[in-house]
Amino acid sequence: MPPAIPAPEALARLDTPNFSTSRFRAEREADWIAFETLLGRLERKGAKALTSDELLQLPSLYRATLSSLSIARATSLDRALLDYLESLSMRGYFLIYGVRETRWSRVRRFFRTDWPAAVRALWKETLIVALVILLGALTSWTLVAHNPEWYFNFVPEEMAGGRDPRATAEFLQATIGHGKAADEQQSGLHIFATYLFTHNSRVSILSFALGFAFGVPTMMLEYYQGIGLGAMLALFAGKGLGVDFGGWLFIHGTTELFAAALSGAAGLRIGTAILFPGARGRLQAASEAGRTAGKVMVGVILMLLAAGLLEGFGRQLVTDTLLRYGIGTAMLLFWLAYYYLPRRKDAA
Amino acid sequence: MTAAARPRRDKVRAFVTPEGVDLELRIASASLRFGALLIDLMLLLAALVVFTLLTVWAGFASRSDLLISIWLLGAFVLRTFWFVGFELGQRAATPGKRAMGIRVVARDGGRLTADAVIARNLMRELEIFLPLMMIGFGAAEDMVSGWTALAGVLWSATLSLFLLFNRDRMRMGDLIAGTWVVMAQRAKLDRDMAAGAEAGDALRFTDAELSVYGIFELQELERVLRGRDARVMREVADTIRHKIGRPIAEEDDVFLLSYYRQLKTRLERKLLFGKRREDKYASD
Repeated sequence: MPPAIPAPEALARLDTPNFSTSRFRAEREADWIAFETLLGRLERKGAKALTSDELLQLPSLYRATLSSLSIARATSLDRALLDYLESLSMRGYFLIYGVRETRWSRVRRFFRTDWPAAVRALWKETLIVALVILLGALTSWTLVAHNPEWYFNFVPEEMAGGRDPRATAEFLQATIGHGKAADEQQSGLHIFATYLFTHNSRVSILSFALGFAFGVPTMMLEYYQGIGLGAMLALFAGKGLGVDFGGWLFIHGTTELFAAALSGAAGLRIGTAILFPGARGRLQAASEAGRTAGKVMVGVILMLLAAGLLEGFGRQLVTDTLLRYGIGTAMLLFWLAYYYLPRRKDAA
Repeated sequence: MTAAARPRRDKVRAFVTPEGVDLELRIASASLRFGALLIDLMLLLAALVVFTLLTVWAGFASRSDLLISIWLLGAFVLRTFWFVGFELGQRAATPGKRAMGIRVVARDGGRLTADAVIARNLMRELEIFLPLMMIGFGAAEDMVSGWTALAGVLWSATLSLFLLFNRDRMRMGDLIAGTWVVMAQRAKLDRDMAAGAEAGDALRFTDAELSVYGIFELQELERVLRGRDARVMREVADTIRHKIGRPIAEEDDVFLLSYYRQLKTRLERKLLFGKRREDKYASD
């Protein structure tokens, strides 16, 4: 077809280039909208909402959107279009490169490898915190053993609930589940257990979080826990109830104190990572420590749940001292084996 | 939709996808973060109230003290895992964050792992409740002197307000989890106002008339046109008419739309040839 002489208005159009951003948009728009719809469904209902065909489309639509973004940035001045493509690309990126495993496999991996591995990584800190608790216990033990008046400095009145040096041996015995008075508090065990669990969890979260201040407040908190423990021990031992009190404490104490030491260790890890980052950057060191500590903390909360159950139910229902020691030891051995026994994966 | 104001360059972080495109993440401002927190706390409180009423009602109905345990546990789980639960979801944002159009992102560009989310949110316990506790201690106990209490409050406040002291607006929790919070607004695909520009407008502007503005002004004009506020349009139209020396001859929206289309065509053409005129002060 021979070219006709262009009309004047067509001449005016000749100098606009063939590429126009409007045409670009008109051509690509369908892909973006398709991608957006798929993303919306994926976000709301998960991968199950999409057919396999749609799932296969997803990466290519994602790449098409990203390439559109590149072209739009280089050629278009339409702010709304750029904003739209940027937000769509970002949403797409985090979905496409986001989670690659199901919730269930994540949970399984946590219990099988992540949790014990994170605890193992903190063994040095755990040891230090355990020593700090022990030191606190020894401090108050020796002081109270020499002079019972010290007891009032360590255990606040309202916490002691009458368990102080003025109490009779019978009363003290009753508080640890022996003798006549013990049977009265059988109801409401679960309330007690839950209360203990939530309270202890909050204390351990705090001791983890305080690790930020270079670990100092964490150590103080752990030392303080040890002090209360030692004072109580000295009090009961002074009345000749040391073994019974030990059993009362041991049944849940192994789990609970272990958890307390781990939460302190998690805090300490963060504090030391910020203080002594080593070859890594300080931020990098902190974030690596934080992730390990985060895993440990989930474990700590689970351990405290177990401790709360042991304390609320086990201790009130099992009154035989020997059996209490047995359960406590079994729990301790269980945790130690779970955390520190070498795994096949470690060798590989 | 109001187009976002120009992002401040110092708040933009390069974030290159494996495909080699820079997503240019923008750090969320402290006020947005605070707003999100307030919304979340209010929702949390509302959820807690509803939950309490439910358990009280169930408790009266069943006459069992098991409900007290359930309440204690439920309140604990709600308080500790509200943030964790939502941030582990696909959108990595609590309802408050969604409302504010922000989300949590791993700083290294990798995926956001559960341990990072947990670490950043357990820290919250400290950041929110420690100052409150310190104030409580100071008020309740006489043995703590006023100055000690003040020192405690100040110390805990620096922890809580940590995000104001760094460029990346990281909370303590973000710092130890290796995350940061960025803008993630949903933008709707608005109409293409330049569509049909090729057909030619009734109103033609000369090259000299179009050469007075750059990209910044173009995009401001776009914002005005999309806003459709008659008063603002009148003001802008008058400014432009005055600047290019045109009489008031046609409707403001017709005038502005034609001007917008032709200015956009002109600037985009220059862009294709590698010339990007940022604003009216740059040379044409």
